Amino acid sequence: MISAFFIYNQKGEVLISRLYRQDLKRSVADIFRIQVISNTDVRSPIITLGSTSFFHVHHENLYIVAVTKCNANAALVFEFCYRLVIIGKAYFGKLDEEAVKNNFVLIYELLDEILDFGYPQNSETETLKMYITTEGVKSQRAVKEDSSKITIQATGATSWRRSDIKYRKNEAFIDVIESVNLLMSTILRSDVSGQIMMRAYLSGTPECKFGLNDKLLLEKDASHRGSSQRRTNAVEIDDCQFHQCVKLGKFDSDRTISFVPPDGEFELMRYRTTENVNLPFRVHPVVNEIGKSRVEYRITVKANFSPKLYANNVVIRIPTPLNTANINTRVTAGKAKYVPAENSIVWKLPRFQGQSEVTLSGEAELSSMTVKKAWSRPPISMDFQVLMFTSSGLLVRFLKVFEKSEYTSVKWVRYMTKAGNYQIR
Amino acid sequence: MSDFRVTKPKFFATTKKGENYELRADLNSEYRDRRKDAIKKVIANMTVGKDVSGLFPDVLKNMQTEDLEQKKLVYLYLMNYAKTQPELVILAVNTFVKDTDDTNPLIRALAIRTMGCIRDDNPYVRKTAAICVAKLYELNPELAIENGFVAVLQDLVSDANPMVVANAVTALAEINETSTTKDIFIINPSTLSKLLVALNECTEWGRIAILTALGDYRPADSKEAEHIVERVIPQFQHVNGSVVLSAIKVIMIYMRIIKNDEMIRQLVRKMAPPLVTLLASAPEVQYVALRNINLILQKRSDILQNEMRVFFCKYNDPPYVKLEKLEIMIKLANDKNVDQLLSELKEYASEVDVDFVRKSVRAIGQCAIKIDEASERCVNVLLDLINTKVNYVVQEAIIVIKDIFRKYPNKYEGIIPALCQNLDALDEPEAKASLIWIIGEYAERIENADELIVTFLDTFRDENSQPQVTQNVVQRVLQIATSECDNPDIRDRAYVYWRLLSTDPQAAKAVVLSDKPVISIEGNTLNGPLLEELISNISSLASVYHKPPETFLGRGRFGADAVQRRAIEEQEEASRESPIQAQVKTNIENLLDLDFNDNSTPNSNTPPPPPATSSKSTNATANVDDLLDLFDNSSISNNNPSTPPQSSSTNHQNNGIANDLVSLF
Repeated sequence: MISAFFIYNQKGEVLISRLYRQDLKRSVADIFRIQVISNTDVRSPIITLGSTSFFHVHHENLYIVAVTKCNANAALVFEFCYRLVIIGKAYFGKLDEEAVKNNFVLIYELLDEILDFGYPQNSETETLKMYITTEGVKSQRAVKEDSSKITIQATGATSWRRSDIKYRKNEAFIDVIESVNLLMSTILRSDVSGQIMMRAYLSGTPECKFGLNDKLLLEKDASHRGSSQRRTNAVEIDDCQFHQCVKLGKFDSDRTISFVPPDGEFELMRYRTTENVNLPFRVHPVVNEIGKSRVEYRITVKANFSPKLYANNVVIRIPTPLNTANINTRVTAGKAKYVPAENSIVWKLPRFQGQSEVTLSGEAELSSMTVKKAWSRPPISMDFQVLMFTSSGLLVRFLKVFEKSEYTSVKWVRYMTKAGNYQIR
Repeated sequence: MSDFRVTKPKFFATTKKGENYELRADLNSEYRDRRKDAIKKVIANMTVGKDVSGLFPDVLKNMQTEDLEQKKLVYLYLMNYAKTQPELVILAVNTFVKDTDDTNPLIRALAIRTMGCIRDDNPYVRKTAAICVAKLYELNPELAIENGFVAVLQDLVSDANPMVVANAVTALAEINETSTTKDIFIINPSTLSKLLVALNECTEWGRIAILTALGDYRPADSKEAEHIVERVIPQFQHVNGSVVLSAIKVIMIYMRIIKNDEMIRQLVRKMAPPLVTLLASAPEVQYVALRNINLILQKRSDILQNEMRVFFCKYNDPPYVKLEKLEIMIKLANDKNVDQLLSELKEYASEVDVDFVRKSVRAIGQCAIKIDEASERCVNVLLDLINTKVNYVVQEAIIVIKDIFRKYPNKYEGIIPALCQNLDALDEPEAKASLIWIIGEYAERIENADELIVTFLDTFRDENSQPQVTQNVVQRVLQIATSECDNPDIRDRAYVYWRLLSTDPQAAKAVVLSDKPVISIEGNTLNGPLLEELISNISSLASVYHKPPETFLGRGRFGADAVQRRAIEEQEEASRESPIQAQVKTNIENLLDLDFNDNSTPNSNTPPPPPATSSKSTNATANVDDLLDLFDNSSISNNNPSTPPQSSSTNHQNNGIANDLVSLF
């Protein structure tokens, strides 16, 4: 599998170099630098030279590179590279050149643990944090007291949870976070990718059952009871993925989501819907190129959600031609500013009430250019957050917690919809 | 765990003279912290490639410690230099042995990694030991077998702990692949059930190992296959895209065995959503997924029938993702969704990335050829694009229009004037050749055809070989071609035409005006056995390259080193030679170029080029074909060392060109 793992900085200097197999020399690091980092033509994330394959991922100012000499599982290698980024973020807050340089010993320690002979091992951050800690102080305690327990648990069927967790108050927080993607041109394409984050502060080994207004499940229930229940509110989920704690077999057979949660924060579920997406914002752009010297803009944005709700941090980016010399804008709300570095007008509205409508009108004066080249007109893009609103209409119906000691637990649910790729051409 | 970037010594700081001396002093310091920092500095130096092997005995002294972090660092150092300093490692053995008796399982596992020993009551140690057997086998296969390690490993497949099972499977699979007998890892009914149980309990990576093993297993009958498939399907819901892809691989392989049609239909239906979801992953994973979807579609074209929209390109998709999406959109195009697709492609044609724009224009042509009903709409879109006057768009559009003319003769000649207006803008050989072909083909309907052709003639001598063969005012052309042209291929061909024309004009007419082979876009598909092999390799590098593994791997693991050395040497050699040659060499060596062009254009009668043959040999055979073809009337191909490697349109183009020669008589 993976024969070597490298981390380079932007300049191509090796920051981390870990060989897992004898079939490579440390000097392969140079080949990657010459062939990829200093070669601007490279378009593919995978490169094979001779019989050596380089897989790379670009993150912050780092190249994260795995090298193999076999017909490796390409999807696995990339997923692993991204996993390392996630682990790095969990440990250092951010995985960039500085973090790598400051924590290189720890990164070696992690690489030693999560890859063995080039095969990925346990890479759950929560588990790793139990026995790979940043300072010797903590690790001494962890190692002496319960390393036996840790190791059994790290490999066991519920590797994500210790058995001796105790809370005075048992609480669970659920956040439903949806990213709504829109690509509006002559045809409209929209979809929602959702994420259900959970923070569980529950004692013991709680068995949880989680219910959504999932259309398939509700239909099944309805036909079961023989009742003609209303299912107007049900959501059709195209596909979903679960945290490893969820019993997949059970979901496959009767669509119930049951699990023993890890302690603390984790991503319980991801889902995707394409039917009946409620778009939080409608954008009507009118962009006219008048001759070669002027572009006129009139952009109207309307909030499509209930007037009781409001959106935060709304940013609308309106691209301008590369040869823009001057911009005049008038807005009915918020602030619009021309940002030459981004070649766009950035229009910010800190708060945007439901059902309200705002307009930007303006024009760009263009400087004359010697080479006439058509403007490629990149799409207008939007960024926003709407609290207590889901574009898909998804709702949490219940979260039940069963534990031996039969304690009562408090559950909280929040909803948020934010912009994914919200683009209007 | 918030901020660890507090004040820390700078281990990567620039070095002074005699650093090793200082390090040695620190390593032997009486202060523990100082020693530990020194070890860190040694590791940092090792990382940047400095030789710190001279410090071996000093580092070794620091091995006996209670500090786990320090111990790991020393092990890291030892593993790196153990090969070069075998006599010194013996000094370390005592500590290793001591470590295996340590009460701390983390330390025991660490020691095991470096030594290789196996039974333990702690699963963490066992799962580490399992991989260790694979390491041992690589170093010394006889030893691993004789001491019964491999046998123990086979037992570990039935271990109670899922992670131990997964690692045992991983290790056995690797050993099995390198072994000569290939009988190390055989799944029997009892191991099969253990694997299926462990599949639902182990880590994501363990699941992949088990799924891979299931992919290599051949179920006895349809029933068994159905049973396994039912256990595999829940994995479609896993967050890790590589688990999903591995599960899809198992299903695709087992569908060959399953006889139950209803089951197959159900599987095809269930496979679509997870495939679509993969498009929401990181771009690199998307890329792997797209290459695999391309394969899956070739096998099961019905799988994503209604999902064309999800393959629309986003403005900020990386180029390699966009190009793959285009390929898949063409595969999914049908008369129902073609309007959507065309308006999408038209958008793409206005983007900035030239390569992507060209591929988009080409895709419009492919739609026209694939879907008869849509050809007119496609031609209109192409005309719109020609009117944009963006140079490379126009040229590409003319190239694809030539293919459309070929597929639908005498249907769209009304647009010829529009094409001819752009005569002066053309500066690429392929575009020129295409337009000349069109003019030749419709010469009797274009009043000033000869004038138009003459404009090309003026530059004849400067052209490279593609349009050269296409000239019109025959006598003059042939004169120039035979007497003044440097390219022997063109001279030869000119002689052939000349002779043919002077001896028997009728025969010449028969040769060059013969029916052209039908054009289609089937060139994009792989042949049956190769496709099946690649499906068995879903998610692997082979599936990304669409090439069998042998073509990019050295023969056997043990030959790999030599192969790599040769590759590096060749690379260096190549870069010393002229840049063009270097380019050619790297193209052969470097599978990176992934041949986005490879099969992407309409290509009627050439089979996909055999992978990894050097371009020289193809040329040789092509030239022979060339002569034979001439009498065969099927196609005339022009291949010589100076043309870009087998541009797919040469075949029919030349054919048409020949037409045009005679149509003037």
